[in-house]
Amino acid sequence: MAEAPYNEMIASSGVERGHYRRYAEWLANQPASQLAQKRAEADALFHRVGITFAVYGQEEGTERLIPFDIVPRVLPADEWTRLETGLKQRVRALNAFIHDIYHDQAILKSGIIPAEQVLCNPQYRPEMQGVEVPGGIYAHIAGIDIVRDDTGEFRVLEDNLRVPSGVSYMLENRKMMMRLFPELFSSHRIAPVDHYPDVLLENLRSVAPTGVADPMVAVLTPGANNSAYFEHAFLAQQMGVELVEGQDLFVRDESVFMRTTQGPQRVDVIYRRIDDDFLDPLAFRPDSMLGVPGLLTAYRAGRITIANAIGTGVADDKSIYPFVPEMIRFYLGQAPIIANVHTWQLRRPEDLDYVLANLPDLVVKEVHGAGGYGMLIGPAASKEEIAAFRRQIIATPERYIAQPTLALSTCPTFAESGLAPRHIDLRPFVLSGRAD
Amino acid sequence: MLSRTADHLYWMSRYIERAECLARLVDAHYRMSLLPHSTEALESSLRSTMVALRVDRAYREKREKITPRLVLDFLTVDREFSGSILNCLRAARENARAVRGSLTSELWETLNATWLDARAMTARRSSATDTGQFVEWVKERSHLTRGVTIGTMMRDESFHFTRIGTFLERGDNTARLLTAHQEDLMPGADAEAVPDPFEWSVLLRSLSAFEVYRKLYRSVITPFNVAEMLILRDDMPRSLLRCTKEVYSNLQSVANHQSTETERRAGEIHARLHFGRMEDLTSRGVPAFLEEFLNRLADLGDRIATDFLVPVGA
Repeated sequence: MAEAPYNEMIASSGVERGHYRRYAEWLANQPASQLAQKRAEADALFHRVGITFAVYGQEEGTERLIPFDIVPRVLPADEWTRLETGLKQRVRALNAFIHDIYHDQAILKSGIIPAEQVLCNPQYRPEMQGVEVPGGIYAHIAGIDIVRDDTGEFRVLEDNLRVPSGVSYMLENRKMMMRLFPELFSSHRIAPVDHYPDVLLENLRSVAPTGVADPMVAVLTPGANNSAYFEHAFLAQQMGVELVEGQDLFVRDESVFMRTTQGPQRVDVIYRRIDDDFLDPLAFRPDSMLGVPGLLTAYRAGRITIANAIGTGVADDKSIYPFVPEMIRFYLGQAPIIANVHTWQLRRPEDLDYVLANLPDLVVKEVHGAGGYGMLIGPAASKEEIAAFRRQIIATPERYIAQPTLALSTCPTFAESGLAPRHIDLRPFVLSGRAD
Repeated sequence: MLSRTADHLYWMSRYIERAECLARLVDAHYRMSLLPHSTEALESSLRSTMVALRVDRAYREKREKITPRLVLDFLTVDREFSGSILNCLRAARENARAVRGSLTSELWETLNATWLDARAMTARRSSATDTGQFVEWVKERSHLTRGVTIGTMMRDESFHFTRIGTFLERGDNTARLLTAHQEDLMPGADAEAVPDPFEWSVLLRSLSAFEVYRKLYRSVITPFNVAEMLILRDDMPRSLLRCTKEVYSNLQSVANHQSTETERRAGEIHARLHFGRMEDLTSRGVPAFLEEFLNRLADLGDRIATDFLVPVGA
């Protein structure tokens, strides 16, 4: 708990870590005024290019710039290689898990995961039971959040298997760094990221319905008012595919078409950036204006690929998260390469006892909650809040998990007052396709 | 291409063209307001212009008095009036943002920066001088947008729909501005008469046609000469003939299986101007001609929306 967080740049001895040394030297030689000017330049450019995200619930036209910092997070190649292997392993197991629960449910039969945890989960989609998806892949694009704890160990904080976003900001940030500080790129050997759209397009084409020779891919967005609209437009443009809204698509004879100026045109793969609930008003929320009526029928008939598949949310739920290491052993017969954050499942009596005895030191989360709702941060909570939460836990323990308070690693970051340590995490994107 | 994309491109270019037309108009009136002219003439010109643009009702809902300053502010920077230059620039940018992936980055950045700068400029403006500078700047931004469009866009459907929007809007604006002065163009009016030179020079200046007129006619400004120049001259970039020619040829480039009748109508509008003579126009009366032209243009706009874009009211 009270451990000092791991500093990404400077070791406890006070010396820069090896992979930061050259950057730190460079930074020390930059006049403050020049850095300030470069940061202003970045702001102006981001504004002009419109690399923004919309803020909900505020005056129309409220668009914020993406956060950008001129101090990069440097990962040495050996650390990344290990992460990469571990991430691939994890996502392979997650895909195997989703396929399994929508088919034979071997993992439930074996008793490794209690069946009701899965089948009674609101993210479990009975419509997907027995549906064959190309290559058996469900989470084509996964965003796995990785943190580093106080011992320097990487851990998975959560898996995002529905519509993870943020990749465009990484690409734009990299482009901005190259523009502002080209000298850093000649003095370091930096692995490129700008081929991501090509890889993504190939990945999406690889999972087209069987027999389609030249698959037509489209990106489905909720529209220009969505907070991640920039990313939707960016990825569509970079891949050279159409950016469509629900109103641009229709289903006829179980196939999906776009309305074009030259008449209907068939679509084979939809990279959707809309939640399951809104995809098809005939199958899910009837009030959805964002979806395409009949899409689920076309999907079940195998005439269209939806990426990510419908029903992936059951695998990134907080109640399923503690079982991912078990999944890796069960489906792949391997030991997990990246560990989870230790998690107590309060439906287990022994975990419940421990957590109730240590509430002030722990973080307790509601399993289906998101974005900080239904969450207790023990060290920051008052006695009354803890007491109230304790009552809720005792009433329905199965709705909660608990984790130790993490000291996330820090990296120096430009703040109002100058360079200061800030907590960071990492969201690598993991693509899964048929050629895999 | 997606129908919705074509729709946004078409409206993007209509709005930027509309902003330019308004800026030209405001600019001409603003310059005139600096000359020792009768305020009455200026106000009457503003009044008939607002009627022709069909914004007089929106104006009356906000204000009773017509003064040059009030009207010009209304047309330029009014945040609540959806037809103000400021809001046209916003609409152009919003349409562009909805299809930013289909635009060249130069074009998107030009429209985005135009809106951001316009918002900042109008927030801090304080005097009438600023209005003059602002509309001057709007014209420059429109020129820049057009240059970027022509200089960077592929000559594919996107480009043609963008151009169709531009020229439909421009033809509509030129016809409306002529309508604002139609009393001098009534059938039987004296073709040699020289009425208030003030109003007609405002019109010519707002269409960048003042010097051209002098060069072509080498004489005093007469309404019928102006009308001929702005309706029938093929070499006038803002004339009705020129605009309909551009609409027709761009429309031919995007034809689809259901657009035959729309194309025919566009061709017909163009042909009537191409083969039309001033004598024929004056015998029927220029005002009647203009009214019919505006109706045909509106019909064409609706048909284009139905055949290619997102149908009006859908």
